[in-house]
Amino acid sequence: MIVADRKPVEEIIEEVKDHDKILILGCNECVTVCEAGGKKEVAVLASVLRMHFLNQGQTVRIDERTLQRQCDHEYLEEVRDIIDQYNAVVSLACGVGVQFMAEKYHATPVYPGVNTVFMGVTEERGLWTERCQGCGECILARTGGICPISRCAKRVLNGPCGGSTKGSCEIHKDVVCAWQLIVERLKALDRFDDYEKLSALKDWSTDRAGGPRKVVREDLQDESKDT
Amino acid sequence: MKVKTPSKLEKILAAGHLAVTSECGPPRGSDMEKISEKAELIKDYVDAINITDNQTSVTRMCSLAACIRLKLMGLEPVLQMVTRDRNRIALQSDILGAAAFDIHNILCLSGDHQSFGDCAQGQNVHDLDSMQLAQTVRLMRDEAKFLGGGDISRPPQMFVGAAANPFADPFEIRVPRLAKKIAAGVEFIQTQCIYNMEKFELWLQIAGDRGLLDNVYILAGVTPFKSAGMAKYMKNRVPGIEVPDELVKRMSDTPKEKQAEEGVKICIEQIQHLKEIKGVHGFHVMAIEWEEMVPEIVKASGLYPRPSVE
Repeated sequence: MIVADRKPVEEIIEEVKDHDKILILGCNECVTVCEAGGKKEVAVLASVLRMHFLNQGQTVRIDERTLQRQCDHEYLEEVRDIIDQYNAVVSLACGVGVQFMAEKYHATPVYPGVNTVFMGVTEERGLWTERCQGCGECILARTGGICPISRCAKRVLNGPCGGSTKGSCEIHKDVVCAWQLIVERLKALDRFDDYEKLSALKDWSTDRAGGPRKVVREDLQDESKDT
Repeated sequence: MKVKTPSKLEKILAAGHLAVTSECGPPRGSDMEKISEKAELIKDYVDAINITDNQTSVTRMCSLAACIRLKLMGLEPVLQMVTRDRNRIALQSDILGAAAFDIHNILCLSGDHQSFGDCAQGQNVHDLDSMQLAQTVRLMRDEAKFLGGGDISRPPQMFVGAAANPFADPFEIRVPRLAKKIAAGVEFIQTQCIYNMEKFELWLQIAGDRGLLDNVYILAGVTPFKSAGMAKYMKNRVPGIEVPDELVKRMSDTPKEKQAEEGVKICIEQIQHLKEIKGVHGFHVMAIEWEEMVPEIVKASGLYPRPSVE
């Protein structure tokens, strides 16, 4: 899932302080799972903002709404009939949702309520860690299912670097060395010999470096046209 | 091994001499005299001088400029190049820049993470890793080709080196990793500072048993302790360095005013010991901010005068 973290409330206040009709818009998908932007967090933020404006002696209308997703047209359309009641939206969706909302409602200011951090997993409640950077050309088959692009601080393809110590990365002892994990995993798979295969230069054109990316599936597009 | 480049370092190694290299860090400013002064101190006692590339990620004068200075002094530089700060365009471009000044040695490194340095908020590049950089230099040199496939006019003639740390974790991949570097085209290795002789010898022995030492020159890295405090720091705080307890004790048991002398003595003993080990082709003396000790260490280790080669 996409993992996000809550923005400091002071930053959100700074964003919306000149508006008096604010919609806090949550998302029921990833940000709900990582407890940063679901219905519960929408309610908490709305209360904090109401309290703040009350203390400031400002009359501000703050409404709450949580959509199934903010990355699909059909769900974002659900607020079309009410959007004109607001002069600002704070979206607690990931950066994708914030942008899609802004694209759809061109004349309404949309502010981000979370920092979108990475694609990752819930290791335990309150602890999420990164697993994927969407490089566009998955190499996990070669690295025992552990990604050196997202999990190595230097994204080395022929690791580990000289900074690997007792299983930890040189940047911090709490950061696991991805290449230590890869080596252990290759051994567990009885594929340790694969460690010596040199990894070729990576084609980063499918990564961020290649510019904004898109996936086109003409078969699906045709199907949609037919129906 | 057959000589493939005009590198003096390569010729000395190929002639069967024990090579000696050392290193200088460029200044945090644009004063070239600092480089010249350091080089003057050691030039008669080493065959080549590494110039570090923004070591520990602290911004300094570029390695290439300092290497050119050494070259203009008639000395033999080893251009250290990290993959942290440059993409493949810049790496190839700098390699050509170095080649234009007939810099004939390169050490391919990944570089410390930028969080250690003075630009912790900076981006890192790592378009290639250190092995892929070695492959790139070999492609440029041997095939006269750019990574993009184009032809290079007057290709670089560089002796290709890399670092190796026999003491990093996990130990079981240390030799396979050396094998990988050799497969990538690495021709000489400068090792991490060696204090744990037993482990180093074990690493060399396993490498030798696999026949790897016929294809690469190993320069053993040594660093004299300046004080007992430094020995403790190296033992406890520097990742990937192993200092046996008896060495720390020996330094600690020495009166403070005699510790520097004792550190140099240990270093000389280490070189004497390493000289006898099969597979050691020379020494990389890293006297950190203590370049003035290099001549004494080299002389007392029986490595002076340095050989001359055609």
